[in-house]
Amino acid sequence: MSEALTAKTVMIPGDGGDEIEAYLAVPDDGETAHGSVVVIHHMPGYDSPTKEITRRFAAAGYAALMPNLYYRDAPGASPDDAAATARAQGGVPDDRLVGDVAGAADYLRALPGSNGKVGVIGYCSGGRQSFLAACRLQLDAAVDCYGACVVTAPPSGFPLQVEPVVGLAKDLSCPLLGLFGADDQYPPPAETAELSRVLTDLGKPHDFHTYEGAGHAFFAVNRPAYRPEAANDGWQRIWDFYGQHLAS
Amino acid sequence: MCTYQTEQIGVEGSGKGASGWFALTEATVYFDHPVHAMAEHTLNIDFRNPGRGPAARVAVELTAASARELARAIEAALAAAPAALVD
Repeated sequence: MSEALTAKTVMIPGDGGDEIEAYLAVPDDGETAHGSVVVIHHMPGYDSPTKEITRRFAAAGYAALMPNLYYRDAPGASPDDAAATARAQGGVPDDRLVGDVAGAADYLRALPGSNGKVGVIGYCSGGRQSFLAACRLQLDAAVDCYGACVVTAPPSGFPLQVEPVVGLAKDLSCPLLGLFGADDQYPPPAETAELSRVLTDLGKPHDFHTYEGAGHAFFAVNRPAYRPEAANDGWQRIWDFYGQHLAS
Repeated sequence: MCTYQTEQIGVEGSGKGASGWFALTEATVYFDHPVHAMAEHTLNIDFRNPGRGPAARVAVELTAASARELARAIEAALAAAPAALVD
């Protein structure tokens, strides 16, 4: 594989038909049949490291699109200013997130060469949102990277609009790959074990891995939380998982 | 981790951001991932004026120890000032 790709900013219809910004990366041979991935950014926002992740999917042969979930809150702002604004306003409402992922998935399916299969992946808060989207939308594969508050509610009084979404598990539309750190407290291993139990009881296919010596955000190469052994293994599992469920 | 916890208060005063001084109207305080500091978690404060746009922000990311020391220093400075000036 040449890993040649083209990346650019596009405007896409998001929730309610709102035009929102998104970062698109497609393989240069993208008009041959390919699967697609919606990338959900973490709480720090639509930032350069997550754009790099989006490009990585394109280098591996997938069309990838990351919607700017904070675009409405702070259009044109730098990612950190936009994230601060979104946090102060209570975060991204779940319904809006689902609508934005739906818009991104539709955009990807309409690209030349799309095989019609779309996966989703999210990091941190985006891990929870990846699970949420896979329960509310018809998708083909979902990856949850250390998403908290899927099973357990945050302590009362938190102003962010975050509620457990495990109750939606019966509607999970696709296989779920979960990648977690044993040292993480949000989500703690007990929470991801409970999610696995629920999915098993419901007969929902899932594959969870919890890495010893890793905590939250172990994929983040620019942060002290980076754990190369966990991240390298996690990436390989992502390639295997998407290769199985998204490839033509 | 993403703590999601955010304390939000109204403030009166001014801050100096990327475009110079501006009036502050609120501050958000949370212990979560930093954008820049080389720590997994920091006490983050965003001094903001949303009416002037998202860039009207003065941000700091402090280690927990530094944040506690700052809180102590603020209280000490206020306690040392004449009561008539700070009431």
